[in-house]
Amino acid sequence: MGCTEKPMKVALAGNPNVGKSTLFNALTGLHQHTGNWPGKTVGKVSGETVFQGRKIELIDLPGTYSLTGASEDERIAAEFIASNEADCIIAVCDGSCLERTLILALQILKQTKRVVLCVNLMDEAEKRGIQIDRELLEKLLKIPVVFTSAGRKEGLETLLERTQEVIGAVGAFHEMEPLTKAEELANRCVRVEKPEENWRKVLDRVLVSRRHGMPVLLLLLLFIVWLTVWGANYPSQLLESLFYSGYRLLIKWSGNWPWWLSGTLIDGMYMTAARVIAVMLPPMTIFFPLFTILEDVGYLPRMAFLLDKPLCRCGGCGKQALTLCMGLGCNAVGVTGCRIIDSPRERLMAILTNAMVPCNGRFPTLILLGSLFFAHGCAPLVVALCIVLGVLGAMGTSGLLSRTALRHERSTFVMEMPPFRRPRIGQILVRSLLDKSLFVALRALTVAAPAGVLLWFMANTSLLGRLSEILEPVGRLLGMNGIIILAFIMALPANELVIPVILMAVSGVGTLVEAQDTSILLETGWTWKTALCTMVFTIFHWPCSTTLITIYKETKSTAKTAAAFFLPTAVGCILCLMLNLILQSFGS
Amino acid sequence: MIVPLNQVCMGSWACVISVDTDQQMQKRLFDFGLVPGTKVRLAYASPGGHVAAIELRGSVLALRDADLCRIRVQV
Repeated sequence: MGCTEKPMKVALAGNPNVGKSTLFNALTGLHQHTGNWPGKTVGKVSGETVFQGRKIELIDLPGTYSLTGASEDERIAAEFIASNEADCIIAVCDGSCLERTLILALQILKQTKRVVLCVNLMDEAEKRGIQIDRELLEKLLKIPVVFTSAGRKEGLETLLERTQEVIGAVGAFHEMEPLTKAEELANRCVRVEKPEENWRKVLDRVLVSRRHGMPVLLLLLLFIVWLTVWGANYPSQLLESLFYSGYRLLIKWSGNWPWWLSGTLIDGMYMTAARVIAVMLPPMTIFFPLFTILEDVGYLPRMAFLLDKPLCRCGGCGKQALTLCMGLGCNAVGVTGCRIIDSPRERLMAILTNAMVPCNGRFPTLILLGSLFFAHGCAPLVVALCIVLGVLGAMGTSGLLSRTALRHERSTFVMEMPPFRRPRIGQILVRSLLDKSLFVALRALTVAAPAGVLLWFMANTSLLGRLSEILEPVGRLLGMNGIIILAFIMALPANELVIPVILMAVSGVGTLVEAQDTSILLETGWTWKTALCTMVFTIFHWPCSTTLITIYKETKSTAKTAAAFFLPTAVGCILCLMLNLILQSFGS
Repeated sequence: MIVPLNQVCMGSWACVISVDTDQQMQKRLFDFGLVPGTKVRLAYASPGGHVAAIELRGSVLALRDADLCRIRVQV
């Protein structure tokens, strides 16, 4: 049978943002993340599909503009194509922008003859009144040309059929100059029938205009934060009370277990995992779909465009704004996203400062303390202020770094601005709901549950008390106390654990109490100053272990990872120390 | 008339005459298809005029003013 043969290796190559990943997903049924901005796919991804009884291994290469570039992604793609590992390469072009995207396809054609040209996004090209003569293009290029609309799963069968045709067939190398050839081909094969749709132009004019650009950007971010915080409140409480009734049931049911067993399993493991889920799941499932819509529409590159000037002053570039925004969701994602920054020094700077933007996992701590001590019912505002503080911290540190340790020439800035696209809202909602629920559940199981056992063990052996006593002087110096510092240390695997640890330690019962019992903080000597310092430290302290591992993977350097650990910590310590001294000299 | 690209009227088309940026930038622009002879149009500028978006070969590209002024065009 065909299935027993060695699978054919087929690679997808093309410019960034021509829909390679959407095509890849449509062909393999996988769910590789996609977004409307260049550089979304990092590294190469592979998946499998079966066509006419034959296994095909598909490889989604990162999007590149050329095969000779210096960036990591361009190197990965170029090396793969040069290695001749693939049986066939599908050069993916954008139907609505054929001329530009053909340049790379022609560069690929210069290197290998087994190429199928896939003109993707044909639905969009049609909407914009662009007509392409497929037969003429095929005749001129002498390779199969297939039209697809990956988003609607159109043309996929034909694509695979023609791919099989190419494998084994002998074609001719093209020695034509890619640039002039692309222009000539586009002139002969592309016809534009109607002018560009108006809504795109209007949207572009409003969103990046001198007058409205910045206010719209700020309002949009504020709105997302507000919706996340406000919307997460109720489901969080619901989940919490649900888990608490589960807890009581479990306690009743495990009545005759030895105390240490029910302690580790129920008080430790179950309650910590439950707490993390209750606190993390709602904001995540609200924030990510909203952010994905911005991504899908194509707003993120506009944001980088607007923010290039202020970031340039800090020695960075606009693309750093994009990675900071991704950091709001998850710092590990933000760190990986830094690959879109061309200059190595600027990229390192962006990686080192990314964790200063509070991620979703830290929102709950900020919300809880903010609403308990400062602005009851204004939690969104508190979180928004914290984010502003985080961004200012990241920018300030960047500025400092670029003038000292990471001094560099101002780098160049080239960024493609993709056309606005209608977001696929249904798909986004389903995907991010499923993905994020899975992500949170996995995290609860792999991180929170083991941490819960350790926590319970420490709380019941006076280890917690002794360690926090040791840390007490440091905590006092920074305007907090030993327990808080210990909680931050123990929350290294996941920032969501900070509040649970504090609550467990101060309540002294060795178990996680209900969230409503947070008033216990007031009874154990917390003042608004303690809360303020804790919030500042929540924003500026070491990145969580996941982020640190990602930083190590990205930089492949222990020293740089250590720098990423100590830099935000130092900023946090200095800020808290100063805050504490100022408050002390003014206060009582 | 030959002028730097950042001084072209917003919205009107021009033809690239020379690209005098550093080599790395030149290569990047080449990959995007910006070479002498290419038709470009200034599409929009950022607040403060630090970055501007230019349209060429059916796509839009954001560049800094510092680089734009090194690209000379015929209007």
